[in-house]
Amino acid sequence: MKFGIVVNEGPYQHQASDSAYLFAKAAIESGHEVWRVFFYHDGVNNASRLTEPPQDDRNIVNRWTKLAEDHKVDLVVCVAAALRRGIKEENLAQGFRISGLGQLVESGIKCDRLVTFGD
Amino acid sequence: MLHIVNKSPLTSGTLESCLNTMVDGGDVLLIEDAVYAATAGNAFESKLTAAMGRCKVHVLMPDLEARGLGDRLMAGVASVDYAGFVGLTVNNKNCQSWL
Amino acid sequence: MSDNKKFMFVNRKAPYGTIYALESLEVVLITAAFDQDVSLAFLDDGVYQLKKGMQTKGIETKNFSPTYRALEDYDVEKLYVEKEAMEARGLSEDDFIVGVTVLGRAEMGKLMDEQDVVLSF
Repeated sequence: MKFGIVVNEGPYQHQASDSAYLFAKAAIESGHEVWRVFFYHDGVNNASRLTEPPQDDRNIVNRWTKLAEDHKVDLVVCVAAALRRGIKEENLAQGFRISGLGQLVESGIKCDRLVTFGD
Repeated sequence: MLHIVNKSPLTSGTLESCLNTMVDGGDVLLIEDAVYAATAGNAFESKLTAAMGRCKVHVLMPDLEARGLGDRLMAGVASVDYAGFVGLTVNNKNCQSWL
Repeated sequence: MSDNKKFMFVNRKAPYGTIYALESLEVVLITAAFDQDVSLAFLDDGVYQLKKGMQTKGIETKNFSPTYRALEDYDVEKLYVEKEAMEARGLSEDDFIVGVTVLGRAEMGKLMDEQDVVLSF
C-alpha cells in the first residue's frame, strides 16, 4: 500500500514527529511504501539542519534524512508555513525539499492512506 | 473507519467527541497522551467501556509503556505495536486523526 | 484509482489562539483548485471559526474570516456545523459569517465515514 504522512508539529516539543517517524518505519518494515511525508504548521521545523539536540538524545532531523535516503521517501516542507517560521533553502536539512501545499493535496489523491500526526 | 486520538480524556474532550460522533463498528486507536484513557481505574474508564459495545478500542502499547502504565491496561482494550497501528490503517478504508 | 476524491477538512480548533484554523483554510483553497470533492466540518471549538463580526485590530492579527465567504468562488459549498457543538456554545446559524448546513452528531459521523481523505489540523 502507498502511504502519505502529514506532520503538523515541530520536533522535541511534541511527540507527533516521533510517532510519525515510528509509523513510517513500521509501514516500510511491513512491506508498504511511504511515498511522501508532508511537513506543515510547526512541522516545518523538522527540516532545520541547524538543529543540535544533546548527544544522548535522538536526532529527529537526521532520522528523517536517513529514512529519505534509505527508502526514497519524499520529504516535503510547505513553503508558506516554512517562510513564516524561518525555514529556507539555506538552513534546510538534507533529504528535504520545499514546495507548495499542492504536494499535500497530491498525497491525498495518490496515496491509498493519508495519516496525520499533530497536536 | 479508524479514529486516532492522542489526548488524555481527563484534560481534553477530544476522545469523548470522537466516541460521540463516530459511526458504530469503527476502530479507535489511542496513542500518545490518549493512552491514559485505557488504564484501569481512570475516571474515563466507564465511558470507554460503554463505547466498546459500538466500536473496537486499541492502544499503542509503546506509548503506554513509556508512561509507566504498561501493566494497567483495562479490560477489553486491544494492545498494538507500531506494526499493528499500520495494520489498522490498512484494514480500514479511511482514517481520521482527531487533532 | 480515481483522481477525484472526497476530502473532508475537520476543524475542531478556535481561531487566533493557534494558527491551525488559518493554515487549514489555506489547504482547503488549494484542494479546491485540484478539482476535488471538498467539504468542511466544524466540530467542538472549530465552530467559533465561523463567528461573524470578528474585530482583530486590537490583537494586530489579520481577520481571515471573510475567506470563508470566498469559498463559494472556489466551488467549496459544503460547510457542515455540528448541531450539538453549536448549541453548546450558545450560537445559532445567524451567528455565522457564511451559510452552513447544520447536522446532528450522528449525521456528521456518517458523513466522515464516507470520505476518502480526512484532514484535521
